[in-house]
Amino acid sequence: MPFIPHTDDEVEAMLGAIGVEKIDDLFDEIPRELLIKDLDGVPDALSEMEVSRMMRERAARDRGARCFIGAGAYEHHIPAAVWDIATRGEFYSAYTPYQAEASQGTLQTIYEYQTMVTSLTGLDVSNASLYDCASGLAEAALMSVRANRKSKSRRILLSAGVNPMYQKVATAIAGSQGLTFERLPLDLDSGASKLDALTDEGDAPVAVVIQQPSFLGVYENVDALTDWAHANGALVIAVVNPTSLAVLKAPGSWGEAGADIACGEGQALGVPLSSGGPYFGIMTCKADIVRQMPGRIVGRTTDLDGNPGFTLTLQAREQHIRRSKATSNICTNQGLMVTAATIYMSLLGLEGLRRVALASQQQTAKLLDLLTSIDGVERAFSVPHFHEAVIRLDRPVGPILERLATNDILGGFDLSQSYPELGNALLICATETKTDEDLEAYGAALQDAMSATG
Amino acid sequence: MSELPGDLEYTAEHEWLRKEEDGTVTIGITDHAQSALGDLVYVELPEVGQEVEAGGEMAVVESVKAASDVYAPISGEVVAVNEVLADDPEKINADAYGDGWIVRMRPTGDDGETMSPDDYQTLLDELEE
Repeated sequence: MPFIPHTDDEVEAMLGAIGVEKIDDLFDEIPRELLIKDLDGVPDALSEMEVSRMMRERAARDRGARCFIGAGAYEHHIPAAVWDIATRGEFYSAYTPYQAEASQGTLQTIYEYQTMVTSLTGLDVSNASLYDCASGLAEAALMSVRANRKSKSRRILLSAGVNPMYQKVATAIAGSQGLTFERLPLDLDSGASKLDALTDEGDAPVAVVIQQPSFLGVYENVDALTDWAHANGALVIAVVNPTSLAVLKAPGSWGEAGADIACGEGQALGVPLSSGGPYFGIMTCKADIVRQMPGRIVGRTTDLDGNPGFTLTLQAREQHIRRSKATSNICTNQGLMVTAATIYMSLLGLEGLRRVALASQQQTAKLLDLLTSIDGVERAFSVPHFHEAVIRLDRPVGPILERLATNDILGGFDLSQSYPELGNALLICATETKTDEDLEAYGAALQDAMSATG
Repeated sequence: MSELPGDLEYTAEHEWLRKEEDGTVTIGITDHAQSALGDLVYVELPEVGQEVEAGGEMAVVESVKAASDVYAPISGEVVAVNEVLADDPEKINADAYGDGWIVRMRPTGDDGETMSPDDYQTLLDELEE
């Protein structure tokens, strides 16, 4: 039964007042040929009991596997208190509330979250979050066009190590608005962007996107890239992993002037992998372009009696007021994920987050040593890395990953589609959740797989 | 409602124009517009040197309630913008026809449609009804 309170009589009265016969008439601007009558491939409805059982069975397939895949989503230890607190009735909401100011506690939580991520990214203001980093990058690209009015370009230049899946999503969302995304070539020795491909001549992009650490786990020369972008009239969009910001230079301090916008995947902050979501997107920026930032922003204010209070602010450019001219038509946030992340960051503190970052880096370094001691396995880049690194095999990666999976080892992300220039390359990741024993199990399984296929 | 200055031209978008002696045109929003918007908190100004077409978006005035476009009433080149508004947007609320001017343009042809103070007053009277 649909939870719609209107009776048939009321619906008819409303339709009569508008002057249409049936509800479908309200949607007649949708071309008929686009309407779908049959949902091929969509199965019949299941009961709650059947759905629960199916989901339990599917979830059970994940159990027991040791995951060494990073590539944008990271398995970190989540203290039990995080979701115990986040799912309390007072917090348990997916969005910013509709009667926002009546929910002071929710607004305060978001305000605390904003304070934490501005501090991590070294920028002035944060929104209340977006869906994920990929859609956040699309929003940041659109924002850069609005904020950089001196530039006539619609070209966004990406560092070589921007997550290729983010590029796909950004192209899907922003491509129809005339934005194009181009990638700097990859330096095959360092795994970072080829900086000599940057020249001061020709058509400068409207923004440069720099992912740090890169998708391949290495470090970009963020200072040089940032300064080049600004010298050529482009804004800088940082794509960051929040865990790494406990040890790396904040985007606000990149180069002479700092990045203008930062986005990040928030999943690492207390949100489980969950087969791909829901996650949440972090977005922060410099104060002078805050009016172009999409999404909800919570501000601190003083009420009539002089008491501190929290309020949604800078709403005049949101879709319920600006409609098609709004900064974005996705003006929601991932309230529950943000609540969990705020609790996670509160429990760990900066020192705790720093330990998570360092332990993850250390375990990945150990894993890299272990795996590259196997015949036919070598490091792709002899440079420092964060908690991900690329290894190269002397044979195709796919069949090896399949063999590892039969031993409950998810061995990494096969790079052959995204970075064919790297050959048989595999992106591996170990976080603090992987013990030395886990690493050895991976080493032994890879040794077996290599022997069996060799 | 205060009296409309008689030396200005007006548009249906609630903007005013003053033809200056040097051939440029100063443009702002009317007292009616500022009062409908409420306290202004931000004005997004165009770049000096920018070419705009009559009817095109030229600036954005933002109050706590809404962000509204200011349309170019004529085609031309922006020769000056009221930089004071960047720090003090409420100048428009205080003095819409004077210190609250928004841009100065050098016309390049098309004059767009403007109306006399009397015609604009008639439009306002109709809106009141």
